[in-house]
Formats: sequence, structure tokens, C-alpha cells
Amino acid sequence: MIDFIARRLVAIIPVLAVVAVFVFLMLRLTPGDPAAVIAGDNATSEQIDLIRAKLGLDLPIWQQFFIWISDILRGNFGESFFFKKTVTELIAQRLEPTLALSICTLIVAVTTAVPLGVIAAYRHGSLLDRVVMGFSVMGFSLPTFVIGYCLIYIFAIDLGWLPVQGYTRIGADFGGFIEHMILPSITLGIIYVALIARITRASVLEVLNEDYIRTARAKGLSNRVVLMRHALRNAAVPILTVIGIGIALLIGGAVVTETVYGLPGLGRLTVEAVLSRDFPTIQAVILMFSVVYVVINLLIDISYTLFDPRIRY
Amino acid sequence: MIPTIKRRTFGVLTAGAFVAATGAARADDKKVLRFVQNGNMSILDPIWTTAYVTRTHGYFIYDTLFSMDEHNAIKPQMVDKYEVSPDRTEWTFVLRDGLEWHDGKPVTAEDCIPSIKRWGARDSMGLKLMEFVKDFKVVNDKTFTMILKEPYGLVLESLGKPSSNVPFMMPKRIAETDPFKQIDSQIGSGPFIYVNAESKPGEKHVYVKNTKYKPRNEPPSGLSGGKVVKMERVEIIEMPDPQQQVNAIIAGEIDLIEQPPHDLLPIMKADKGMQLVDWNPLGQQFVYRFNHVQPPFNNPKIRRAALLAVRQEDYLKATVGEPQFYKVSSAAFISGTPNAFEAPNGFLVKPDYEKAKALLKEAGYDGTPVVLMQSTTLPVLTNTAPVTKAALEQVGFKVDMQTMDWQTLVSRRTKKDPPNQGGWNIFHTFTVAADILNPISNTYMVAQGDKSWFGWPTDPDMEKLRNAYAKETDAAKAKELALAVQNRAIETAQYGWIGQWYGPGAARKNVTGWLKAPVPVMWNVEKA
Repeated sequence: MIDFIARRLVAIIPVLAVVAVFVFLMLRLTPGDPAAVIAGDNATSEQIDLIRAKLGLDLPIWQQFFIWISDILRGNFGESFFFKKTVTELIAQRLEPTLALSICTLIVAVTTAVPLGVIAAYRHGSLLDRVVMGFSVMGFSLPTFVIGYCLIYIFAIDLGWLPVQGYTRIGADFGGFIEHMILPSITLGIIYVALIARITRASVLEVLNEDYIRTARAKGLSNRVVLMRHALRNAAVPILTVIGIGIALLIGGAVVTETVYGLPGLGRLTVEAVLSRDFPTIQAVILMFSVVYVVINLLIDISYTLFDPRIRY
Repeated sequence: MIPTIKRRTFGVLTAGAFVAATGAARADDKKVLRFVQNGNMSILDPIWTTAYVTRTHGYFIYDTLFSMDEHNAIKPQMVDKYEVSPDRTEWTFVLRDGLEWHDGKPVTAEDCIPSIKRWGARDSMGLKLMEFVKDFKVVNDKTFTMILKEPYGLVLESLGKPSSNVPFMMPKRIAETDPFKQIDSQIGSGPFIYVNAESKPGEKHVYVKNTKYKPRNEPPSGLSGGKVVKMERVEIIEMPDPQQQVNAIIAGEIDLIEQPPHDLLPIMKADKGMQLVDWNPLGQQFVYRFNHVQPPFNNPKIRRAALLAVRQEDYLKATVGEPQFYKVSSAAFISGTPNAFEAPNGFLVKPDYEKAKALLKEAGYDGTPVVLMQSTTLPVLTNTAPVTKAALEQVGFKVDMQTMDWQTLVSRRTKKDPPNQGGWNIFHTFTVAADILNPISNTYMVAQGDKSWFGWPTDPDMEKLRNAYAKETDAAKAKELALAVQNRAIETAQYGWIGQWYGPGAARKNVTGWLKAPVPVMWNVEKA
């Protein structure tokens, strides 16, 4: 197992190298000049050239790349062109809302989708099954921002139960934190509920036809025990896989959800950085997302061993 | 049974906590003003960038030597009194008593000189002023003299310039920062103090009342007069999505929006808790900019043919919509201000397609497609390019309209290459009217080739007129020169001014005191 983890961790290095080269080149090849954005609308070409030189953007691309890479190897991700802060500081400042949104969304998704999927499988072909599958199709089909605006209209503007936007830090006011997390988590969670519920239903349905389930029933075990201890546990591997993939999708979903609800997280930081061509911030955020993605996949692979003793690394 | 009780208890406790929290928040609410600007503010140096959001931040924490009142007159602000020598080459300024930086140190003449110099290295009016400045001399802690090489007619207009870049006064050690590097301290002497520890770019910027600030005795008027702060705290909330802004203000989560898009105004008009505030009566002006260094618009006849196809109202209807929020005017220096002159023959107001076609033929336009850049990320600009495309095609141009985000356009407009190699022919922008009230502050009138704004027009005659305007100290003669500048711009079709428009702010009904000025300022504002 340790060998496996070590190998996987070493494998992160080439992945990050490829991502770094790709992101760096993509940013330099896409149109957009941070110096022009910084200088503002009334600046002249001469002033923009001076700002470009101050930012080092007048150097050849290969030179810019080596400066950036050597800085990263020394643990320095650079300074944002705009914020007058290091990129590390910026990311640290924006991490909490994104982390909170991701965790709350996963809690909403898993606690809703897994029971729904199990029940739909157990009541296969019933009205309940059709309702769950219908909801699942709807969840896939509706764009996140549409769900977001509908929920805002109903629960924040019309009923006035929850805030329209914003974020309260967990340490500042827990009640406010929960209030601000409910709508975004549901908004972002719906697509994951749809995804996880479908996979759970399919996996559990397959397992329910296995001989050992029939044996368990023949032993006189209750439906709850059969479903939870025997069926769900054996159906867990594909469900975990889809949750893992879901976390990757969560990163993309967070960008939209954070914008709709005004959450000052990494998703919005990415959008702002892309729109303003803040190269150091975009590069660092994408590298960080890559690490998160690889590490989560590693954790999911490790977790398989907990549910299926046949899997050994 | 037990779980039921636990659930109920939890419910009651949670509800109680929410009610208590909400009650406390409401009590604080009257002391806190939450304001949303037209965009996120990532840069905090109002000299390093011309971004309007940063300029507004500047007015919170810095003060100016002079400022513009609501009648567009320049009035002393940090200055108590000033004198001009009989030959008009020595200007002596005396600072008023009680001016103090946020760190408790007094504001001195030693601070003002590097502040003017740093601004003068970046701003168009500042650059012009510095061409005339021979030297600065500190007379005493509160007095300094600006010595000019020759008389300059716009000294006060420059030092009281209302919009980007504003000559804000900063402490000497900060003002001595390279003008092309961002400052790293937010210490000013203005009516608000920036709370760095609580401000989180991308989330909010926090300002508290500067209790040591000594406002002038005059009542507030525009950006001048007594800056009396009536709120304990102002938070600029970063909320880029206009729909979200409207939802938030209707729900009472924010108090003011600088300028919501026109298509969302009916929603707010219909809400009883809301009011629309015309805080910027001068408004904005749309700009039609040619690239003078690339064919076909290096030919003045072809530029003129293009402008003869313009009907301002088409642009204004397509972008703003309701006539109450726009004004058709062929005055380059903003209708209703001292340098405003309506141009003859319906220029830019009533198109003359036949004349345009004839001119185009005469100029020998070869049918090469004109590259028109369309920005789609600033809603108010999105529809300007399609109107231009239709107008140009009407008179015989071939148009290649290329769609992009604003930041790409901002980058691409710096390129002087041919349009088929990454360059461009036409783009549109808009400007705050207060920025273009005279031939010097109006960047679009500059015709010094590479030193001009994007499009790089070269016209020595225009520059002679602008210089004459700058030197003229007689108001009536200066006005005549402003007219001559406008006429010259029409003659050479230097650029097009394609309509004035107004964007009201939105406020909750319990918010009062929002001053009429070219910049949304938060002193004098209070909340019932």
C-alpha cells in the first residue's frame, strides 16, 4: 500500500509539469494584455509599455517561463499583478468559502442521493423509482445558474427566509455561515444528487440480484440490514468512483455557484483572474486544482480497500 | 420520543439564535452603509490605474487641493487660500489648518509636491500641466509655490480634476513611489480610513469614519465643500453580477448600487422600498474611435464618410433605451457645460448617406473589410458595434465585426499592426462626461501621433489649437478656442462622440444625502 501511495505521489510531478507548461503557454497565446488592463481606459500606449516592462512581460516567453518555474521550485508562486498580494495569500484568503461550499455540497449530495438511489433500486419500477429518475434527469438538464436564480427568487426574495448573496466566515458567526451556505449547497448539490442517485440505483439494483442477497433474505435478515449491510456496501465502489469524479466537477460548478451567490471563493477568484489576465493567479490556482484533483483520486482509490477486501495495492 | 424533543429543542435554539443575530445585525445596520460599485476593485492606487472604481476609493481616503462643485466650478478643498503673481507664473497655495494624515502626522507642503509630481507623470492633464511647470518651492510647512515657465490657463482645472486620474494628496514617503509601480500603503487625509485588516479584495472593502477629519465649513456641493461623514462605516461589497446586485438591494442586503444596467431599472422602479438617484447629472458619452495609422481610416475623407453615416439616437436607443436616460447632442465637450457647442449641419445627429457614399467613392475606398471590434462583456457597449456595422454598410463599407471580451479589446487596441495581422480599424468605448469638459482633459482630442490615445491621430493644427487653449487665461477667448478644437476634430473626423447617456444609481428608500457629482461619494449620505 505504501509503495502504491508513494508511486502515485511521484506520478503527480509529471502531471503538474505538463499542466504548468500547458497553462503558461495557453495564457501567453490567448489574446489579452494585463498591462493594458492595469493601465485603464485613459492610458496611452507609452504608459502601457512602461507597465509591461515593470511586470516583466516584455521579456521573451521562455525567459518568463523559467523565472516562473524557478520561483515555484523555491515555493514562491509570485505576486498578483493587481492585488498587491502574493498569490499564496490570495488563495489562502479565498480557500474557506470554496472548501465550505464543496463540503456542504457533498454532504447535501451524498446524504440525499445515496438513500434516494437505494430506495429507487429497492422499489424498482414503482412510482417512487420513476420520480427519483425523473428528478435525476431534471437535475442533469438544468444549468446551475438557472437553479440558483430560481432558488434565490423563491427563498430569498419572495419568502425572505435566506440571504440572496454573500458569505459569513465560519469563525465569525456560525448561524450566518449556515444561512449563507444553504442555497448555494442545494444549487450546486442538485446535479450531484442526480448523478450519485442514478449510479447508486444502478449499482444497488445489480447487487440486489446477486445470490448472496437472496441468501441474506433467506436467513431472515430485515430489509434494512440487507440493503445497508450487504447491498450498499457491495455497490459502494462505483458510487465512490462517481463521488470522486463529482469532486472534480465540483470545481467547475463552484465557479458558477460562487458567481451567482457572490461567494468570495476560489471559483470567483479564477473568473476575476481570467477576466483581468492576472497570469500569476490563474497559473497558481490551476496548478492547485490539479493537485487537488490528483490527490482526491488517490484517496478514492485508497478508500476502495475499505469497502472491497478483494482490492489490494 | 427523545429524538423528537431533541429535534424540537434544536429547532427552537437555532431559530432563537437566528432571530438574535438578525436583531443585532439590524441595530448595526443604521450605522453601516453597503455600497456596490460598477466592478471589482483589485487595485488600490488611483494614480497607477485610471479604473473608476479605484478613483472612487481615492475619494474615500484621500483629499484634493481643489475640487469641482455641482456647477462644475473649481473650489479650494485642502487649500485655504491661494495667490497668483501678476505675470501668472507663480501660484502660491496655503493649506488649511487641521489637515492630518490617518497616521496622525500633519499634512505639509512637502507632501503635496511629490503627490502632484507623481500624478503629473501619469495623467493626461497632469502631463500637460507639468510641461509648463518649472519648479516647486516649499515656503513653509503649510505653503508651497508652483513656478511656471509661462502662464497656463488650466492650473486650477488640473488640480481640481474630478475624475481619473485625480490629483489626490498622499504622504511624501508614499507619493515618492515610482508612478509606474503600485503604492503599498493606504494612508490619506480624507474623510474615511481604509481598514486593511477587514478588507478582502473580491469580497468587500471596509472604510470607517475618520473622526479627526476637519470638514470645510461650506455645505457640500459636488465634490467640494464640507465632507461630513454621517455613517460610522461604509462597506464596498464586490458583487460583479448585476442581477445579483438587484436581488440583494431588493432584499435589503445592500443599500446602494452605483449604476445598475438600464434593463434592470424597471424592476427597481416597481419596488416600493427603492429609489433611483440621479447622482451624476453630467452622465457619460459614447466614443467612436478610428485607427488613424492603418487604411482605410488613415484617409480623412473615409473617416468623414463613416461619421456622416452616424445617427446618435440609433446608438442611444440600442444601448440605453428609455429617452429619459439619454441626450442627443453634437457637442464634444458635453451639452450643458461651458465649452458645449452644438455642431452645424446635424453632424453625428442626422446622417447624410448620399454625401457619405460620394465621399467614399471620391476617396477611392477599395472595399477592404473594416475590422470593427465589439465588446460583449460591458452591457452598455455591446450594442454599439452592431449599430456602427449597419451604418457603415449602408454607405458602402464592408465590415468585419469581431466579437471579444472587453479585456481582449483593451489589449488589442494597443496594437498598431494591420487589421489582418491582429490590429483593428474601429472600436467604441464610453467616458465619464466630467473627464472631457475641455480640450486638454479630453484625451480623444490629443493628436500627437504615438503620444495620442489609441488610434494615434497626428494633426499639428489640432495641437496648436489645444496648446493655445491651454495657455489662454481669458475665459471668453478660451471658449472660442474650445470651439475651434471641436471644429477641427469635425473637419478631420478625428473621432466620433455618439451620444450622452445617464445611468441613475439605485438606493433603498431609507438612504438620503447622495450628492450630485461625477463620482459616487459617500460623505453626507445617511440611513434612517
